[in-house]
Amino acid sequence: MKKDTTMSTLDVTDGFSELGERFKSILREIRYSLHMIRHSPLTLMGIGIFLGLLIMAIFAPHIAPYDPEEMNPPILLRPPSLEHFFGTDEGGRDIFSRVVYGSRISLKVGFIITFLSMTIGTIVGITAGYMGGVVDKVLMRITDVFFAFPYLVLAMAITAALGPGITNTMIALSIVWWPLYARITRAQALRVKELPFIEAVRSLGAGRLRIIFVHILPNCIDPILVQASIDVGAAIMWCAALSFIGLGAQPPSPEWGAMITSGSHYLRESWWYATFPGLMILVVVLGFNLLGDGLRDIFDPKLRR
Amino acid sequence: MRIWSYIFKRLLSIIPVFLGVTILTFSIANVIPGDPVTLALGHRASDDQKNVFREKMGMDKPIIIRYGMYLKNLSRGDLGVSLRTKRPVLKDLLTYFPATLELTVSALAISLLFGIPLGIISAVKKDKPVDHATRVFALLGVSMPIFWLGFMLLILLYMAFPIFPGGGRLSLATTTPQTITGLYTIDSLLSGNWGALKDAIWHLILPAATLGFCYVAVISRMTRSSMLEVLRQDYIRTAKTKGLSESGIIRHHALRNSIIPVVTVSGALLGQLMSGSVLAETVFNWPGIGLYAVQSIIFLDFNAIIGFTIVVSFAYVMANFVVDILYVIIDPRIKLQ
Repeated sequence: MKKDTTMSTLDVTDGFSELGERFKSILREIRYSLHMIRHSPLTLMGIGIFLGLLIMAIFAPHIAPYDPEEMNPPILLRPPSLEHFFGTDEGGRDIFSRVVYGSRISLKVGFIITFLSMTIGTIVGITAGYMGGVVDKVLMRITDVFFAFPYLVLAMAITAALGPGITNTMIALSIVWWPLYARITRAQALRVKELPFIEAVRSLGAGRLRIIFVHILPNCIDPILVQASIDVGAAIMWCAALSFIGLGAQPPSPEWGAMITSGSHYLRESWWYATFPGLMILVVVLGFNLLGDGLRDIFDPKLRR
Repeated sequence: MRIWSYIFKRLLSIIPVFLGVTILTFSIANVIPGDPVTLALGHRASDDQKNVFREKMGMDKPIIIRYGMYLKNLSRGDLGVSLRTKRPVLKDLLTYFPATLELTVSALAISLLFGIPLGIISAVKKDKPVDHATRVFALLGVSMPIFWLGFMLLILLYMAFPIFPGGGRLSLATTTPQTITGLYTIDSLLSGNWGALKDAIWHLILPAATLGFCYVAVISRMTRSSMLEVLRQDYIRTAKTKGLSESGIIRHHALRNSIIPVVTVSGALLGQLMSGSVLAETVFNWPGIGLYAVQSIIFLDFNAIIGFTIVVSFAYVMANFVVDILYVIIDPRIKLQ
C-alpha cells in the first residue's frame, strides 16, 4: 500500500484535486487486492475460515444445538451421531456445542494477544529505529533477552507466577510476543527514516512524534499486519497449548486446549472427545496462515504489475 | 586463527544476554507474584515457616541486594529445592535432561532427514504436483497443534493398530541400559545391549515424529526457497552448459550452498523444539525436563518451574552459539567481524 502522507501536509491550495487523487489511489488499491484475492484459492479459503469462525463466535447460541455447560449423565461419552455431531463428553455435554462456544474464547484470545503485542512491539520498535543511538541499543538489548527464551517456556513461567487462568495466559503471551514486532518494526523504521520525504517533513518543522506516528508508521505497517494476521492463529494455538498443560483455561470452560486435556483421559474408549476440538484448532490456525500468506502476496511490491 | 577470535567474541556477547535472562527470571519469581513466599513454599506452609524463609532469603532487604543474592546462588548452581520431589531442582533437571536431549535431537534429525530432500524435490519440480503437495503439507505442519497430533497418533498407532508403544522411554520388561550418557539409545549401543536399543528406538519413534512433524514442513520450505535461489546462479548455468547431468549439478554444486540458510534456521528451530518437547513429553509421558515442568505446574512447584526456565534458556542460547559457529565453518564467505 502506498501511503504518501507528505502530500497532504504540503498541499493546501490544491486540496480538492489532491483528495480526489488519493481517493482514486485507494480505489485502485482495493481493486488490486480484490484481483489478487480472486486469483488465489488458498487466500479465499483463509478468508472463508476466518469468516466462518467469526460467524460461529457471534451466533454461538443460535448455532449450538445444546447448552455447552449442561450435564446429561445418561448419555455420557456417546460417539458422534445425528443428535450429537461430535459426540458427548464425560458429563454427557454436547461436544459440538462446546466447540462452537469455544470459538468465542479462541477468537477473543487470538485478537487480544496479537493486538497487545503488536501495539507494544510497534511502539518500542519504531522508537528504537527512529531515535537510534543509546535508546536503540538499550531497547534492542531488552528484546534480545526475550529472544533467549523459547516462547512457550517463558510464557509458562510468567503464567505460573501470575496464577493459572485465561486472562493471565493472555498477559503472559503478550509479554513474550511483543519483541518480535519490535524487531520487525525497527527494521522497517530504519529503512523509512532514510527516505527523502522524511527529510522534507523535518525541514518543514514537523515534530518528532508527528514524524514517527504520522509519517513513518503508515509506511512500515504492511509487514506488521502480515505478521499479525498469522499471529492471531499462532496465539490461539499457544493459548490452547498452555491450557493443555493446565495453565490457561480451566476444565469446565469449553476452551479447545482444555477440552483436549479432558479428552486425553478417554482416548481409548472415546476417540472423538480429543479429536474434534483439536481439529478446530488445526483448521483455524491454518485459516490465519493462509490469510497471512495472501496478505503478504498483496503487499509484496515484487509481485506488483 | 581468526575463527578462534570470532568464537571468543561471540562468547563474550553471550554474557549480557545471560545477565538479562537472570534479571527476567528474578522478576518473574519475585516481582510479578503477589506473594512470592507462598509461591516458593507452597500453600500449606505455616506462618512460622514463611517468616523463617523470609528472613533466610532476605525478603526484607532492598530488591537489588536480593538480586545479588539470587545471582550468587545461581552461580553456585543453586536453583532452590523442589516442593514436589524435595530434591535440589538442579539435580532433578540434570536427571531428566538426557531424555529431553534424546527426544529433541531425534526430532531435529527427523525434520532435517525428511525436510531437506522434500525441499530439494519441490525446488527441482517447481510448480509441479509434488511441489503443491509439499506446500499443502508445509501449511498443515505449521498449523498443527502438536499435542493434538500426538494424541491422534496414539489413537491410530497404539490403540487402533498396536504397532508402537503408548509412552515412556522403555517397556517395563526391558532393563535400563547402563548409564553412560543418559541417552538410552546411545547407552544401549555402547554397552551392546541390542534388546534395549531396539526397545528404546521403538519408544522414541512416535514422540520424535510428533515433535519433528511441524519442522519437516518448515525445513522443506526453507530448503526449497534457498535451492531455487541457488539454481538461478550463473555457475549453475555454466555447469549445465558444460553438459553436467541435473542430478550431478544438484549433488555437487547446488546442495551445499542451499543448505546454509537451513543451518541458520535450525538454530531458531531448536527453541521451538524445546517448547514443543514440553507438549510432546506430556502427551507421551516422556520423562524429560518438559514433563517435569508440567508436573511442577500442577503442584505449583515454583522453584522447579523457574529452574526449568533458566536451564532451558541457557541451553537455547548455547545451542544458538554453536549454530553460529557452524554457520561460519560451513560458509567460508561470511565475513568474521
